[in-house]
Amino acid sequence: MTKVLEIHGIKKHFGGIRAVDGVSFDVNKGEILGLIGPNGCGKSTLFNAVLGQLEPTAGRVMLDGHDITGMRPARLSRLGVSRTFQLLQVFPEMSVRENLILAGQEHRGTMVSRLFGPRDAGLGEAADRMIAFFKMSHLAGEKAGGLSYGQQKLLDAAMAFMAGPRLVLLDEPAGGVNLTMLGALKERLRAINSELGATFVVIEHNMEFVMSLCQRVVVMAEGRVLAIGTPAEIRANPAVIDAYLGH
Amino acid sequence: MIALLRSRPAACALAIGVACILLFLPLTLSRFGNYMLAMWAVMTIAAMGLNLTLGYAGQVSLAQGAFVGIGAYATAIMTVNGWPLYAPLLLTVALCFAIGWLLGYPALRVQHHYLAFVTLSFATLAYLVFRNEEWLTKGTYGIFGIPRPTLFGVSLKHHLNFYYFSLAWLVICAGLMLWLVNSPWGRAFTALRENPARAQSLGVDTRRYTLMAFAIGSTMGGVAGVLYAPLVEFIDPNPFGLPLSFSLLLMVIVGGSGYFLGPALGALIAVLLPEWLRDYTQGYYLIAYALLVMVLLIYSPSGILGWVERRTADARTRRASLARQAAVPTYDAGSAS
Ligand SMILES: Nc1ncnc2c1ncn2[C@@H]1O[C@H](COP(=O)(O)OP(=O)(O)OP(=O)(O)O)[C@@H](O)[C@H]1O
Ligand SMILES: [Mg+2]
Repeated sequence: MTKVLEIHGIKKHFGGIRAVDGVSFDVNKGEILGLIGPNGCGKSTLFNAVLGQLEPTAGRVMLDGHDITGMRPARLSRLGVSRTFQLLQVFPEMSVRENLILAGQEHRGTMVSRLFGPRDAGLGEAADRMIAFFKMSHLAGEKAGGLSYGQQKLLDAAMAFMAGPRLVLLDEPAGGVNLTMLGALKERLRAINSELGATFVVIEHNMEFVMSLCQRVVVMAEGRVLAIGTPAEIRANPAVIDAYLGH
Repeated sequence: MIALLRSRPAACALAIGVACILLFLPLTLSRFGNYMLAMWAVMTIAAMGLNLTLGYAGQVSLAQGAFVGIGAYATAIMTVNGWPLYAPLLLTVALCFAIGWLLGYPALRVQHHYLAFVTLSFATLAYLVFRNEEWLTKGTYGIFGIPRPTLFGVSLKHHLNFYYFSLAWLVICAGLMLWLVNSPWGRAFTALRENPARAQSLGVDTRRYTLMAFAIGSTMGGVAGVLYAPLVEFIDPNPFGLPLSFSLLLMVIVGGSGYFLGPALGALIAVLLPEWLRDYTQGYYLIAYALLVMVLLIYSPSGILGWVERRTADARTRRASLARQAAVPTYDAGSAS
């Protein structure tokens, strides 16, 4: 099986706090991988250290066999890696449609060709389809900052899909999203996974969501990997039950 | 065109009204009135540039006045020596673009008030060059007799003609700016202002867009300077000190930072209001002006257009909820019981 992403011994220390303390695992091409663990175990910090938001204290990250450790986020994005953040990150003063177009436009052509090209960077229809899929057509022209929390969370995830990414890292996409829309999110994720062959890493505390979506799950505790396995294996793992899932 | 008229009749009526005022009001004004209107057009161009840097891209600059100075000095020096106006125009565009680009580099490291101080230092530096490099700028003695160009056989000596000339430039600059802010670049500038980290993660090269915002905004300041020199016909370093940069910042903020028409309104207040007040309040006009600006900004920190937008948004929600009530009268009755 080919590996898209290889994480080798990543550490991220903040002074004396060892937020991430030597994490290694591989992400296989085309899989949906879950990343779970108790609050504060270092999941978000790992994402940030892997994707150039934070300089890792130690360790290497490989994308398709190339070293991308510490690469600037904008370059990583143009290599086909997209992500969401745990805290909402939409552009509140821009409309829903503009948010989605922005999310894809930098992947098309060059800066100069974009300036002289179409106003919507040729992404208007794709944005409208995405909006319709998440049942927000009536909100397309509204400012993103005026949407409900759950709607903004969906928009945030939708933005990560706009560029047709190869690898998507989602940090708690399900928080605050209702059951029906959670189904829509799962459906969209699976569609992008099977149609485009995109690979996903999903941090989530919603166990039902993780276990039904992911082929493999990585469990972290106190900055380290506690277990890796299929959802069934993870559910049955005594160490994981102790540290996180409970009895 | 017709569709636009039908979909937004109020906006179209307003636009036509403003166009009529800009075209015909000057015919009824004194020479001084036309001079002040031309000054308004020139300052609007400079403020529009700052609005791109600050309002759209979110990068504080207190150096816009320096770029007006660079354009004005380039024009004064060259046209006094017999060059036609387009020569300093080309030079200014190239020069201000390059200097603006360089001035953007600090913005890649520092933000907000730190950036304000870096750009403020640059403005001070430019002023010192205007004042001290006498071989080039004639220092405090100033440059006299800056000629006004002749266009298609029409001399722009007359203030009214120069006003129309400035207005034409304002229309050109505003058209370019409108095109720019509605392009994918405008979207990227806004994203840079609202959330640079998220913009980066979506592939926006925030470094290049930051530098571009400075370069283009500064170029607009320079172009305003190219018009400023022949308008006033005499320049010395004084008008290009820090107060001009602050005044341009005031125009952007009072009009509404990040709103396309903000600078035009802001310049109206900063350039014309003091003159108008002078007729009514004798010696106290600057005090009255300062008080008015303070009250306005306390009342609406997002400027005039920010206030207008809030009002229209409120009205829209009120209309929408009224319409909803009218559509389902039983719903309210049911939920109230
Ligand atoms: N910038 C920072 N400076 C200092 N400590 C930090 C910083 N960022 C994170 N930490 C610490 O690192 C640890 C891991 O935080 P992180 O956000 O990665 O946890 P998490 O697994 O994502 O938790 P949650 O499930 O609550 O989102 C925490 O103890 C946190 O306080
Ligand atoms: Mg987290």
